[in-house]
Amino acid sequence: MSEFFAIIGQWFDDLLSNPIWFYLITTILKLVVCFALVIIFIPISVLIERRVASWIQDRVGPNRVGIPLSIFSRFGSKEAQPLLGVLAYWGFPEDGKLARVFRYLRLDKDIHLCGLLQPAVDGAKLFLKEDFTPPFVRKAYFWLAPALVLAPPLVTAAVIPFAGSVTTEYGHITMCVANLGIGPLWIFALAGLSVYGLTLAGWSSNSKYPFLGGLRASAQLISYEIAMGLSIIPLLMIFSRLNLQDIVQYQADNGWMLLPLWGEGLTEQRWILLVPIAISFIIFLTSVFAEANRTPFDMAECETDLVGGYHTEYSSMKFALFFMGEYAAMVVGSALVITLFLGGWSMGFGLDAWMVENWGGWWAVLFQFITFFLKLLFFVYFFVWVRWTLPRFRYDQVMKLGWLVFFELAVVNIFLTAAILYFVK
Amino acid sequence: MSYTPIKRSKFSLLDKTYLKAIAGGLGITLKHLVLSLLGKSRNKKALGGSGIGVTMQYPEHTWDKHLPPYYRGYPVLVRGDDGRERCVSCQLCEFICPARAIKIVPGEIAPDASNKKPEKAPKEFEIDMLRCIYCGMCQEVCPEQAIFMSQGYTILPTNREDAVRNKAKLYELGGTKHGLTDKWNQHK
Repeated sequence: MSEFFAIIGQWFDDLLSNPIWFYLITTILKLVVCFALVIIFIPISVLIERRVASWIQDRVGPNRVGIPLSIFSRFGSKEAQPLLGVLAYWGFPEDGKLARVFRYLRLDKDIHLCGLLQPAVDGAKLFLKEDFTPPFVRKAYFWLAPALVLAPPLVTAAVIPFAGSVTTEYGHITMCVANLGIGPLWIFALAGLSVYGLTLAGWSSNSKYPFLGGLRASAQLISYEIAMGLSIIPLLMIFSRLNLQDIVQYQADNGWMLLPLWGEGLTEQRWILLVPIAISFIIFLTSVFAEANRTPFDMAECETDLVGGYHTEYSSMKFALFFMGEYAAMVVGSALVITLFLGGWSMGFGLDAWMVENWGGWWAVLFQFITFFLKLLFFVYFFVWVRWTLPRFRYDQVMKLGWLVFFELAVVNIFLTAAILYFVK
Repeated sequence: MSYTPIKRSKFSLLDKTYLKAIAGGLGITLKHLVLSLLGKSRNKKALGGSGIGVTMQYPEHTWDKHLPPYYRGYPVLVRGDDGRERCVSCQLCEFICPARAIKIVPGEIAPDASNKKPEKAPKEFEIDMLRCIYCGMCQEVCPEQAIFMSQGYTILPTNREDAVRNKAKLYELGGTKHGLTDKWNQHK
């Protein structure tokens, strides 16, 4: 047996020593982790959305989903009776050992599991519903649109670093799928594509309200794309690099952008730079809200004006894909906010370097991943929190905010940062 | 001048950025969230809430104790203090019922019975609970104080036949009502 393992080990050793195979295998593993992270976060977001929303409104939220043991309570009798009665029907006495075990395990009632299964059951429902395509739509585009909404966020997630890097005996592994030198630009370029999905959905539905929703979505996304792109230029001037992994490494060593408390972050320049960074943060965060089509910027699916918005004519899983796209965009947007402003995967206070030195690279990677996950979780919560706090903007207010406030503010912010970088050393 | 100009409050620069208002709003929602998680939401006791928030867990806990005396649940037939069935099958409720939920088959009281004075009693009295709209007109129109809107509201039929309540069921739900006018007193 040990020989067998030795052969397998040798085989893996040979395989990983080949740089091409090493690259392929690690990339595929990273792909799985990254894709799983985004996909897992969709049901988590759904659950957080429902539960937090209800808690904010003094409600309980979905708490009934679970294992419905009471459906067994009709076995062998026409009348519903507790499971113990069913046991009695099958010949086990009601005060016997088995019944006592059942009572101890509380098997005589439904098991609710705190309603944690709600997203799964919700998804199953959407899969099983009738997928109805209205006769008046343009079929090809109608079918294409949901995929175009979901695909861009999943692709953009590739450049987000979800942990640091580790050096193994075979080579160096960087914990992001594509370690591109143009990180944020790649995200902006592809996130801009998701507007095609919304516009196509609105247009191909061949119906008035979805069409208006699609128009609103395209106008809004393009407007906020500009403010979003301009708002991070001050940051890029401070980092002087575009690779997201390097950006996070810089923040891990020299203090997060919004929390410069260690390394070079304690210099006078960084503290003065907090002013333009804070402005950038507010503009960027708001633009992420607008990009992800979340309240208070969900003009494209504003029920009070537009029935349902661009997805009025959709049903079943195609409808769900729009929401998966929205949640995925939300997750990737928050990941980008975390990466640029809040130190990405870094634990802060020089803990990362300490952990690599004392515990080894793999432990550091694990804890960095957990840190990133927790930060992401907080931001998903923040999205929901804001949703139930702020009322929806009017459409002209959205446009005014984008073009007359954020655009100018972002441009001024660039000059402000340049001045600080030039004059304060 | 016949009008007084409204005083518009001046907004400071901080107010105009909305940041203060947004932070305040987030604080309010956070307070609600924390309080409902701790099970200390406002008005929880008055609303009969249990656990998180103010929501009452319906099948386990019910609203019965909080129902006002004028609450209109499903209609029932009642018996008087003497145990006599009060309905004399005059069929006024059947005629007034806007949903046509009530169906009465009139019958006679045997001449040698102790309560023979009204002469008539329903042979069959059916209320289709799928049709009933809880308007309370039957109670209002009844000259005999025989049909009442009760405080009950749970109707759990598994098919259409079960939803129709017959005379026995209605009397069982209604029970005895005390202090009603004794119009058919033998000694009068």
